[in-house]
Amino acid sequence: MDRFSALINDIGRLLGVYWESYLSGMGSTLILAVVATAIGCVIGLVCGILNTIPYSKNDSSAKKFFLKLIRALIRIYVEVFRGTPMILQAVFIYYGLPYFTNNAYHFDSIWVASILIVSINTGAYMAESVRGGIISIDPGQTEGAKAIGMNHFQTMTSVILPQAIRNIMPQIGNNFIINVKDTSVMFIITFTEFFAVHRNIVGLNYMYFPSATIEMAGYLAVTLTASLILRAVERRMDGKSSYELVQTDNLTMTAGTYSHPDRGTPFDERSSEFGEEGRKRIRSGLKNSNGSSREGR
Amino acid sequence: MSEAILEVRHLSKSFGANEVLRDIDFDVRPGDVTSIIGASGSGKSTLLRCINLLETPTSGDVLFHGESVVTGRVNPSKYRAKVGMVFQSFNLFDNMTVLKNCMVGQMKVLKRSAAEAEENAMEYLERVGMAPYIKAKPRQISGGMKQRVAIARALAMDPEILLFDEPTSALDPEMVGEVLAVMRSLADEGMTMLVVTHEMAFARDVSANVVFMKDGVIWEQNSPEVLFTNPERAETRDFLARFMER
Repeated sequence: MDRFSALINDIGRLLGVYWESYLSGMGSTLILAVVATAIGCVIGLVCGILNTIPYSKNDSSAKKFFLKLIRALIRIYVEVFRGTPMILQAVFIYYGLPYFTNNAYHFDSIWVASILIVSINTGAYMAESVRGGIISIDPGQTEGAKAIGMNHFQTMTSVILPQAIRNIMPQIGNNFIINVKDTSVMFIITFTEFFAVHRNIVGLNYMYFPSATIEMAGYLAVTLTASLILRAVERRMDGKSSYELVQTDNLTMTAGTYSHPDRGTPFDERSSEFGEEGRKRIRSGLKNSNGSSREGR
Repeated sequence: MSEAILEVRHLSKSFGANEVLRDIDFDVRPGDVTSIIGASGSGKSTLLRCINLLETPTSGDVLFHGESVVTGRVNPSKYRAKVGMVFQSFNLFDNMTVLKNCMVGQMKVLKRSAAEAEENAMEYLERVGMAPYIKAKPRQISGGMKQRVAIARALAMDPEILLFDEPTSALDPEMVGEVLAVMRSLADEGMTMLVVTHEMAFARDVSANVVFMKDGVIWEQNSPEVLFTNPERAETRDFLARFMER
């Protein structure tokens, strides 16, 4: 118990002095994770669209070669960036650019470099998630879209991807949460995010454990909030489970193709004018007067 | 005899070594209803999918207004916009409401304004009796309703010909009638239709021309009067006899 109160005491002291650093570190982490996940999703979607451009035997060999080349390039991109650690990718890209151009080019902004690296890394994972999402959509949806004359791009953007994105929302959430945590490796190129703040602070005062506790709580708070928001987004994407009938056209009523005989009467379940009691009363009253009218339904 | 809107010439289709269609040859004239009948697996649906270029024919040709659509000079998307298709499994867009389903093609493909597309969609949705359900998603309505929406979606593109791929085969028996009623009224209005169907009564009453297929080959094509009452081929007679037994 002693240790516990000492820990709380230490955390209090740390936050008292460095709360602005922790907060700005968390801010950087969040901005980097949000922006890079968003760009990564776009990369994934573009890869998904490019990957699924269909070709048939009758197409010219140039077109076939070009499409196969695109697929090969995307495959290489995915395998390389999914198959190497992000911390090495950061080093490779950040220090590789000046190395290969003899210092002619280098990253002016650490932000640009970090967003680029995390985006490319996320894009590689997202490309595979999007591919899975597209596969999960019934081919009939594609055929329906093609049958009314949509081209590949229109089919993808209006029909397939909206459904695929819904299906891969849990994956997007996964990637975002992974990014919140894994952007911590960006300290390797001196990007000051939440974890780098911890390293800086404990370097000054050696309060490793209290600071790590703050870090743990901070990351958990962010990822839990993200989970909640993502669930809400998913529910919103699913839409309402009920729908309203639009009753404007009397012709369809008389055509006999549409019958909701209770609409607007006391038997209408949705009618709020009548309580259960009143409804019963009216029902028994009506039965006497026109009890035969509903026969044969 | 008016000029054919659609001519199928020596069309063949193989999936690997499996030859599904062999030397199919027939015409569809404007305003006519042509029915294709035959047992399951006889290649009827594949034929329709080849006509709509959802499958690439192995050899042969499909001419639309006398112009080949297989050779690649005609843009498949532009051609499909003029040839409506109604599928056995409806294939409505699950992410859109009934109304949106009927609007999206008009807006994206025909570049109509939203207002124009909505007006047009509503007109056809009213025709098929689905106007009250425009706010519903496909998963919320019955099979017969879905198929009526699918017909409205195809009609909203103002196609020159409608292809029906067994439009009632996936429906419960009590829902078949509502879909056939819509198709009958379209036929009465002079819509050009090519219908793959197992509804013999419908084929007999509505068609100008009936095509009987077996094992990927057309065995007989005739007026419904001749084909259903006095078929020329023994195979046709066998098929119809087996069908009537059921």
